[in-house]
Amino acid sequence: MLERRVAPSPALAILSPVIAVALTVLAGFALFAALGKDPVKAMEIYFLSPFADAYNRSELLVKAIPLALIGSGLAVCFRAGVFNIGAPGQYTLGAIFAGGVALHVPEGAAMIWLLPLCLAAGFVGGMLWGWIPALLRNLAGANVILVSLMLTYVAALLLDWLVRGPWADPLGRGFPKTAAFPDGALMPTLLAGTRLHWGLVLAVAAALILSWMLFRTRRGFGIRAMGLAPKAAAFGGFSEARTITYVLLVSGGLAGLAGAVEATATIQQLQPDIAAGYGFAAIIVAFLGRLNPIGALIAALALAVTYIGGENAQILLKLPKNAAFVFQGMLLFFLLACDTLIHYRVRVRRRAGAA
Amino acid sequence: MEAFIISMIVAATPLLLAATGELVAERSGVLNLGVEGMMLLGAVAAFAVALSTGSGMLGFLAGAAAGMGAAALFALVALGFTANQAASGLALAIFGTGVSGLIGQGYVGNAIDPLGPVLAVESLPDSAVLRVILGQDAMVYFALLLAIAVWFYLGRTRSGLKLRAIGDDAASAHAVGLKVLGSRTAAVLFGGACAGLAGAYLSLAYTPLWGENMTAGRGWIALALVVFAGWGPIRVIFGAYLFAAASLSQFYGGTLGLSIPSQFLAMTPYLATILALVIISAAGARRNAPAMLGLPFRPDR
Repeated sequence: MLERRVAPSPALAILSPVIAVALTVLAGFALFAALGKDPVKAMEIYFLSPFADAYNRSELLVKAIPLALIGSGLAVCFRAGVFNIGAPGQYTLGAIFAGGVALHVPEGAAMIWLLPLCLAAGFVGGMLWGWIPALLRNLAGANVILVSLMLTYVAALLLDWLVRGPWADPLGRGFPKTAAFPDGALMPTLLAGTRLHWGLVLAVAAALILSWMLFRTRRGFGIRAMGLAPKAAAFGGFSEARTITYVLLVSGGLAGLAGAVEATATIQQLQPDIAAGYGFAAIIVAFLGRLNPIGALIAALALAVTYIGGENAQILLKLPKNAAFVFQGMLLFFLLACDTLIHYRVRVRRRAGAA
Repeated sequence: MEAFIISMIVAATPLLLAATGELVAERSGVLNLGVEGMMLLGAVAAFAVALSTGSGMLGFLAGAAAGMGAAALFALVALGFTANQAASGLALAIFGTGVSGLIGQGYVGNAIDPLGPVLAVESLPDSAVLRVILGQDAMVYFALLLAIAVWFYLGRTRSGLKLRAIGDDAASAHAVGLKVLGSRTAAVLFGGACAGLAGAYLSLAYTPLWGENMTAGRGWIALALVVFAGWGPIRVIFGAYLFAAASLSQFYGGTLGLSIPSQFLAMTPYLATILALVIISAAGARRNAPAMLGLPFRPDR
């Protein structure tokens, strides 16, 4: 039986992610052993190989960038009790908007402004996609979870249509992709010889700004108040509708920025599979990072390990690409269960006849 | 036309199965977003068992059991530990995708005999309409009967009424002595078994093959379908056939002389669901929408 603690356990609040990661590794070990695969080797590849050399470590950061951008925005959103699970769609719209700018810039235009313009367009695209569920929620009371989820599929189909139809590369021989972005739209790398790019600076800056907004401003106080006690926040003069719109615009915009960053930095064109599951994985990032934008930075690195480990396992162990999702799913399960123990303690209660 | 209707029936059946199960879970107040994961686990378990035993029946049972097992995991976290339901469901969707890929790796490329129609083709009357109505496999009829049974259960039985009460106001239901967590767990397990059957139908009858991610988003469509149908079991039947027709129009659109890009046709179920959601919510006609959908409940006393 679970029994409510008098006060939430501060130790568990910090330890919970660590316990969840440890349990995930243990359960992964057991699962691989049960499936007749060498568990020691599998765990080594999934969790140690991403740190093995400089190239793997730089790739770790490359994968962490979009996860951190989306995750820190979602942390703010979830703090308000608004469950935006449409980040994959907002990410896709961001990539579409950035691609739209990059591919339609007139020849001879000033290239210096092209990349900032692409990134800004991506932010706007994500905001637009995040704004729709907010609008429908505030006008009609439609469920944010369901609307944002449905829009994810609409966004994916929109991208699919663009890269096969109007924006298809004329020289692409029928492959579903756009032409490569012009040089001016490409994100410069940070470290020569790696793919590590300036998106890292954006991700850190976004986390710092969001953290300041959430913990140091009146608006941030309203967001946290609404998540903890919606009625009290309303009596305190914080408009529920406006807070919902704000957090969805922020998290949508950052997911869109992540899409624009990925499109201009690592993919450098548009294609149907640009999302790589970042949008859903970022939800784990937000929870693992204790719904704190700075925490999301660290959590993004942890999730990036599952991506790089998964890619390495695909090559070295011939495991399917989806196997990495086993760890992501388990991590979220364990984390959610551990988080309950912050507020509740386990008490073995005998079924007493007298009670 | 006959070919279109037959493929529509076959495409609608897994949607109907999964949505009927999810509907019961949601009417008890639990939003389980993990349908996609439960379907994939059901599909791979059914395929593995059917391939090794040669029995489609055992395959379907294994699929239902796998879906139920996955739902039990969700119930443990979301109900037992009162965690955020949407996050727990998402964890299940991600986890199920991963585990099914891992288990199914050895089964890629194997083929089994597809599930045949209940009545032999020779015994059917020589009429196109009757051939379509009578010539389907057993699961097509089972899915329809299941949805009707759920309609009867929720609307006409005492136990169904209690389940709806729990979904609308768990605290009051608990106060009058109803077993909130027990009923919700049962509803979630039923939903899991249905999703597992839906997955089994895909790998045993629809394709019949195993492939990574073979559900291709059908679990998410089933979730949309429940909302689209306004949480009504009979409307889920019509919705499933409508959604199936809309998704098939991608392939048949060309032959029907439609010039709309297939992606826009494929969007219609999702846009229609958003529209339905807005209308249902705005009209205040939340007759069937469970008032406590997605809200955790922990009895304090």
